[in-house]
Amino acid sequence: MSEFAGLGYYVEVPGVIWDIQRVGPSTGLPTRTSQGDILSTAFLSHGDTKHIMLIPCSVEECFTMATDAFNLAEQFQTLVFVMSDLDLGMNNWMSDPFPYPTTPIKRGKVLGKEDLDRLGGFARYKDVDGDGIGYRTIPGTRHTAAAYFARGSGHNEKAQYSERADDFENNMERLNRKFETARSFVPRPEITKGNNAEIGIIGYGTSHWGITESRDQLRDEYKIETDYLRLRAYPFTREVHEFIEQHDRVYVVEQNRDAQMLSLLKLDVKPELIARLRSIAHITGLPLDARSITDELTSMEGK
Amino acid sequence: MSSTTVEPGATTPGPKTNRIGLTVIEYKGGKTTLCAGCGHNAISERIVEAMYEMGVEPEFVIKPSGIGCSSKTPAYFLSRSHSFNAVHGRMPSVATGALLANRKLVCIGVSGDGDTASIGIGQFVHLMRRNLPIIYIIEDNGVYGLTKGQFSATADLGSKLKTGVLNDLPPIDTCALAIQLGATLVGRSFSGDKRQLSAMLKAAIAHKGTVMLDVVSPCVTFNDHEGSTKSYKYVKEHEESLQEVSFVPHFEDINVEYDPGSTISVTMHDGSHLQLRKLEENYDPTDKIGAITRLTEAHDKGEVLTGVFYVNPTAPSFIDMLNVVDQPLATLPDSLTRPGKEVLDACMEELR
Repeated sequence: MSEFAGLGYYVEVPGVIWDIQRVGPSTGLPTRTSQGDILSTAFLSHGDTKHIMLIPCSVEECFTMATDAFNLAEQFQTLVFVMSDLDLGMNNWMSDPFPYPTTPIKRGKVLGKEDLDRLGGFARYKDVDGDGIGYRTIPGTRHTAAAYFARGSGHNEKAQYSERADDFENNMERLNRKFETARSFVPRPEITKGNNAEIGIIGYGTSHWGITESRDQLRDEYKIETDYLRLRAYPFTREVHEFIEQHDRVYVVEQNRDAQMLSLLKLDVKPELIARLRSIAHITGLPLDARSITDELTSMEGK
Repeated sequence: MSSTTVEPGATTPGPKTNRIGLTVIEYKGGKTTLCAGCGHNAISERIVEAMYEMGVEPEFVIKPSGIGCSSKTPAYFLSRSHSFNAVHGRMPSVATGALLANRKLVCIGVSGDGDTASIGIGQFVHLMRRNLPIIYIIEDNGVYGLTKGQFSATADLGSKLKTGVLNDLPPIDTCALAIQLGATLVGRSFSGDKRQLSAMLKAAIAHKGTVMLDVVSPCVTFNDHEGSTKSYKYVKEHEESLQEVSFVPHFEDINVEYDPGSTISVTMHDGSHLQLRKLEENYDPTDKIGAITRLTEAHDKGEVLTGVFYVNPTAPSFIDMLNVVDQPLATLPDSLTRPGKEVLDACMEELR
């Protein structure tokens, strides 16, 4: 699995993988829910790899994010992981009817016969547009210059085998540029404001439901106002950085032991903001309940 | 002084072309980087010839491979075809995906004995039972060449390494396995047997289903010495051919005449004929049990058995079984891939 993920990243093959996260490590609690694959999925495979992740919190969002995931995979010619969990993936949920998709399917930069007639040829891994995304062809394109050799070993812009230092470096830097471009295209977070809140909460996936109820408990029982940002994707968009800058203390709520999303945030935010991040990480295998969040947050707030 | 007059209308004869107007040059690949004398290079040459002679459109060929010396070879034939170097031993899943996305493609997958019989055995066995229309070639030298010649899982019991180490584990017979699991054209050949391998490759192109060809291909660097059972010398001395294999393509206007007493003629999916002149009186290439029995005997006798072991040209392929539309899925327009709003609404209504 991880080998294929690295191959997909490096060869630049579109693909969508749905991760119904269960409790690990190993067989762990295989019939219980978790958010334990965040960190390993973000960098899945050996070598320098980074993957786009989308994070739905409801069955309706699973439906709409499926469209997003396939569009992003083809636009960015890379793998997109949709980080569902067992609670969402295997239990029955209430939902509003799903909205019918209104935008056309995005196929990304694919060259057909007519394009190749006009251009004469193409270089598969060349950054023509400055966004890090090359042009590709698909098998069965009737043009003598359509074919290329996809390989997980070192390659140059023309998809030829290469062990040259500059070819390797150029390619890896371009892949990084592509990932940076993705920041502006992935689903934006959903932000809910409290009343002049100093405290921020960052959560994602099915933790959303426990967090929503906990915010009411905090307001009603402790007079604590909170702002709430629900992450919907990795890489993190501009709004995530702004949200952390706007709050003195930011609690990152998640269903794992090691504060995995908090770790990813630490790698991404300005060093001086790291101290603002606090972890509420829980893993019992049961869906996250509001009281656990409320108790831990109030205790850390000294209430 | 004499002068030559050119008659109007005369042209210099161009290079020879095949039935779709391409020259053999247009089927070539890059220059090989394998060792001089490597059996794999001979196999690449036979693939070029077979594709040329069968008039296959190179843009509609895909050539996935795994990892290893064998799996480098798609770079050395058919430059005009898309190629994909997959993960070690896991070319079958890549090939399956590509063929499901576009059923019009001709897929020639190249693997090695290490790639197939060790790390890839899990994917191999599942590929064989699906009858996916793929030509799966194992370039079989019994050793891991890229890691300096350790035994692979197809090395024969008692075969000797260059270092003198004897193999004390029995080989996996990939042909017996393929027949048992459901591949529909299975054979073994030798990279040094130009005629037999060419005929088998052309039959493979004509076949619609899983073709599994184990081609013994000596490694001149690590497994061509005295004591090896995959050396040129050993194979030449111990090769037993079941048949004299020949192939008559459907587009050649030749009357297919043969003596049914001495030759078995198999009509392929596209109307071509695979002709097997019997060298062993009682061998029936449509009998699975007989095939596996004969392969087992060959191991006991130390024979390198070659020929077409099993063929079934009428079994439905994996694509047929899936009942997909004729138009390649990869190029279906939005109008055909996205059902209308009423379909979604009806689904939602059912869940209410």
